[in-house]
Amino acid sequence: MFSLDTHRPAAAFDLIGFNLSAELTYTNLLNMVDLAGVPVRSAERRPEHPIIVAGGHCTYNPEPIADFLDIVVLGDGEEVITEINAVVRDWKLSGRTEGSRENVLRELSHIVGVYVPSMYDVTYEGAALVAVTPRYPDVPERVEKRTVADLAEFPYPKTQLVPITEVVHDRLNVEVFRGCTRGCRFCQAGMITRPVRERPAEQVRTMVEEGLRRTGYDEVALTSLSTADFSGIEKLVGDIVQSTDDGPPVSVSLPSLRVDAFGVGIATQIQRARRTGLTFAPEAGTWRMRQVINKLIREEDLYSAVEAAYANGWRRMKLYFLTGLPTETDEDTLGIAELARNCVQLGKAHTKSPSVTVSVGGFVPKPFTPFQWFGQNTVEELRRKINLLRDDTRKSHGVQVKWHDPKATLVEGIMSRGDRRVGAAIEEVWRQGGTFQEWNERFDLDLWLAAMANHGLDPEWYTYRHRTEDEVLPWDHLSAGLHKDFLWQDWRDALAEVGLPDCRWTPCYDCGACTGYSIEHIVASATPPAGGSQGTGQDLGSSVPVTLLGRAPVGTGS
Amino acid sequence: MRIRVRFSKTGKIRFSSHRDMARCWERALRRAELPVAITEGFSPRPKMHFGLALSTGHESLGEYLDIDLQEPEASALDLGALPERLTPFLPPGVDVEAVSIIERSELSLQEAVTVCTWLIEIPGVTPEELAAYVTTMLDAPALPVTRERKGKTVTDDIRPGIISLRVVGATPLDAPEQGALLEAELATQPRSVRPSELLAAFDPPRNEGRVCRTHQWIITDGARREPIPAHATSRAPAEVGAR
Repeated sequence: MFSLDTHRPAAAFDLIGFNLSAELTYTNLLNMVDLAGVPVRSAERRPEHPIIVAGGHCTYNPEPIADFLDIVVLGDGEEVITEINAVVRDWKLSGRTEGSRENVLRELSHIVGVYVPSMYDVTYEGAALVAVTPRYPDVPERVEKRTVADLAEFPYPKTQLVPITEVVHDRLNVEVFRGCTRGCRFCQAGMITRPVRERPAEQVRTMVEEGLRRTGYDEVALTSLSTADFSGIEKLVGDIVQSTDDGPPVSVSLPSLRVDAFGVGIATQIQRARRTGLTFAPEAGTWRMRQVINKLIREEDLYSAVEAAYANGWRRMKLYFLTGLPTETDEDTLGIAELARNCVQLGKAHTKSPSVTVSVGGFVPKPFTPFQWFGQNTVEELRRKINLLRDDTRKSHGVQVKWHDPKATLVEGIMSRGDRRVGAAIEEVWRQGGTFQEWNERFDLDLWLAAMANHGLDPEWYTYRHRTEDEVLPWDHLSAGLHKDFLWQDWRDALAEVGLPDCRWTPCYDCGACTGYSIEHIVASATPPAGGSQGTGQDLGSSVPVTLLGRAPVGTGS
Repeated sequence: MRIRVRFSKTGKIRFSSHRDMARCWERALRRAELPVAITEGFSPRPKMHFGLALSTGHESLGEYLDIDLQEPEASALDLGALPERLTPFLPPGVDVEAVSIIERSELSLQEAVTVCTWLIEIPGVTPEELAAYVTTMLDAPALPVTRERKGKTVTDDIRPGIISLRVVGATPLDAPEQGALLEAELATQPRSVRPSELLAAFDPPRNEGRVCRTHQWIITDGARREPIPAHATSRAPAEVGAR
């Protein structure tokens, strides 16, 4: 293990950081720490070893990997990295004496956003988790996430690393905004990254222009959780396409497309060549189900998007769905097939053999979402639903169904909401050779079940069980800024099939993400994006009740 | 205008594949803001024509790449300054050594080059033992090798592809394992002979240590020349890189 840029041995660094975005990569984390020549357990590390730190969405419940990490960062890294470095620098200057490792970890726990698992005691009563409490009075009882108030203050490094070996997403990535308040209840990213903070359009343009020039990439992705929602996105995209017109060809891509004709319009504007396929994520098959999950797309929105896509020369559509959602009935599952068939039907007016691929993932409840209390579907139930869908589409010409392995969904569920006891099983799976569990050909459920059993852990207790309001959750001592009663109310609203509008353009419902940290949404336009607000059906009128204008308006709107 | 570029690939960068190198070149040309011609059509690509692929792990002192440049910008270019201009945008270990203009009518590198010269480290043999091997091989009427190709086992005679073999001496002192150095001229057409195949035909077979392609040759009417004439060299050839 060595660094990409200087080929320095990993263990020669002061800190080694991991970005964790998928639970099944945990055994690879252990493997990499081990390959670096560092003990995998935090307790066994000595002063000369690097500090092992992790961040990313998975670390909002870091308990299953708490024994392997020295520190965990919650939220945005921009500011906190400097603060961590300062503490580690002082430690280094002091000579990293025998026994000093615990002191530096304790000091790091004073930084807001930094969670040091070894500074906390975990108590259980039987199977139940009772409390996670700090071992010292100066260690915070609850660790708050870090939120950068203004992305404009943090342009990306001008001279970024460009890997020589081809990697996934091998392109210039420019983050146009962070956070999303669409409020999809299954979506952890949308909950934990609030509020919405847009980057000024001018800075985006500069970052794209300079980035392309310095890296030599011929592709740039404008990234965010829903890029079509960026204020003035049409003008921004137009400007970027125009500015690259006289140089070598550059392709601009939007990693996530909103399900409406507006989104397709933008995709068409930028992708002038090679029009092959488009991906939409309606997530659920019926309007009822979509109200439960608060993905408020009407069927008309999807059809207008698909119609626009076919009319603009796209030929293949991919639709993403979740199954195993709360209150899901077979009617909801079969609704997925119905939507897909209708999309194929629309395509027939434009092409001889339209093709719609339906991709179905098993739903895993995530911490800090309204669905964190929900008992996930069993492997058998998920398999039954997938078979239902397969049978129903068998004779539907043009509809292909693909699905995520329900067995992997189970293991993801164990780690998504697991507590510190699960760590022993993760270590055992790794010791038994269970690396690269994200890969179908390497995933091995038996390894996981055996490891869980060996440590007296019940997979079903961790995954299939509904939680009650008063249950202590393994991440209750951490905070993503969201009030727990907001999440509970949203969970009740979900069960009552009540949708919740996007708070960027409607009054605040006090989820806690802004008010708790005295920050605000930073959006350049106080009007919702053109093309409706993703089918919320809200008549927002001309006066939008927000006072969240962060900076001078640019682009369309206001 | 079509230009031909000669470059070396030495040191750690030898572990990057031919395809990854091609992508590095695309990025380097864009960063250097060279007026590269672009293909027309649905998916525009820079017009670049690579020579014979170099196996991942092998070094080279003589790699070639043809690039089509756009007019009228190309005519204003200072070709002599191009090596200095391009090298900083390429990974350490890739050094551009010469550039020359070639006619569009010239055969592509892959067609034109028929022989390569290789410098091959063979660990675990002395130069004397290697000399004996070489004699045996050159005297052999045929050297059949078998390999898997698209699921089928194919047997070929590589003897016709071995143009010459010469023992250079002992491996450098910093080699991880002592051995001998072999200079081999191997044909690329009709069937390319790889250094590993040559060593597999030894009796007993040998594994290769460090391997470096030192020259590529175009043979016309019995006379051999390199794809860029020697006098076009604008830089001293790089030493085989650090380990």
